[in-house]
Formats: sequence, C-alpha cells, structure tokens
Amino acid sequence: MDILYFAWVRERIGLPREQVETSAATVAELVEELRACDERYAAAFADLSALRVALDQELSEFDAPLAGVREVAFFPPMTGG
Amino acid sequence: MRISVQETPFAPGAEGDAFAAGAAGAGAVVTFTGVVRDADQGRLQAMEIEHYPGMTEKALTAIAEEACTRWSLADALVIHRYGRLAPGERIMMVATAARHRRDAFEAAEYLMDYLKSRAPFWKKEILTGGDADWVAAKDADEDALKRW
Repeated sequence: MDILYFAWVRERIGLPREQVETSAATVAELVEELRACDERYAAAFADLSALRVALDQELSEFDAPLAGVREVAFFPPMTGG
Repeated sequence: MRISVQETPFAPGAEGDAFAAGAAGAGAVVTFTGVVRDADQGRLQAMEIEHYPGMTEKALTAIAEEACTRWSLADALVIHRYGRLAPGERIMMVATAARHRRDAFEAAEYLMDYLKSRAPFWKKEILTGGDADWVAAKDADEDALKRW
C-alpha cells in the first residue's frame, strides 16, 4: 500500500511517500502500526484531530476500512484559496 | 467547465475575457482573483503552496460539478497555482457564468468556500527573516461550508 504525507506531516516524518505492507483493517489501526515503529510517526500522529485522511484520493475517516485501498494520504486540514 | 492546477502565472483579464466569450448567452459573469497577501508589509518573503497531484484535480472537478448542479450555470472556471509565489502574485481565480447574477455570485462563493477547505492545498509562509510556518486552517473557513 502506498502512503503519502503532505505539508507538516511530510516534514515531521521526513519523507513524502513510502510503501508499507500492512494487515491493518482500518486507517486507525494503520496509524497505530506507524506510531509504534518510530518516534517520527508518533510525533506526526500525536493528535489525530489535527489530521485528515484520504483513501484513493477521496477524503475519508479514521475508522474507515482499508480493504481494497491502494493509496492512503495523511495531511493537515486544507488551506487553499 | 475548466479546472487548471498550474505552477505558471496566469493573467486574470485574459482568462476572464476568454471565459466570458465562451459563455455566450450568459447575462452574468462573476470573476474572483485571490492574491498572495502581505498584511504587515515587508514581513512575508514568499508563500509556498503544496498540493496533492491527482486528488487536487479530482476534488476541484467534484466541487465545480456540484456548483453546476446547485445553480443554473452556463460555465465555471477554477485556476489554482502551486509552488513558490511572491507577495502580490495571483494565487487563484474562479469564474462563473449564468443567465442571472444571483446564480453566478452564489456559485462563485460556493466554489471559493469549498476550495479553501476541501481541495488539497497547503500554504507555507516564508518570512523575510527566514522563519517559515504552515498556515493553519481557520474554524471560520470550515463554518463557511455550513451555509450551503
């Protein structure tokens, strides 16, 4: 599964994208796996209310299932315009 | 309907003229241009705009299609830049064309409200002293969506 990071999430983790093998059933479980593997992820995912998630480029929720998803993106609330 | 996510500058006058010419029969054309603001003159060196290629175009298209469903529009245009922009540079533009002005005004405001909070762009302010910080999303921008 491809995982993408944007804005300060990308800066805290230190990379824009990576491929991970995961058996996580939901986004929240994936976040827990990432948090456990390195403190950079723990810092980036410290406050989920400050984050948004997109599954295959559609805005989604942290309790959403990951079955069939190819691309997960984490980023702060958008600030376009 | 045209969506453009681009690094290059655009000319709002020429874009507006071309848009209006293509919306023959419309009685109202509304255009809005957003400019990189340096509120305390001299404080801001540049604005860096990051986006999510692929999702950005999809999100903007979905927002514009929804506007075309809600209002009777002849046409809609969204241009949004990314990359490093200097204060005073144009960052984005929306245009709407309709038979009547209310549709054009309301659809333009809807496009603006939604692209501020639902299109995957992030802004980073680079200050003249070298400090840099991500612009935080405002509650007011999220609240603005509730009126639609």
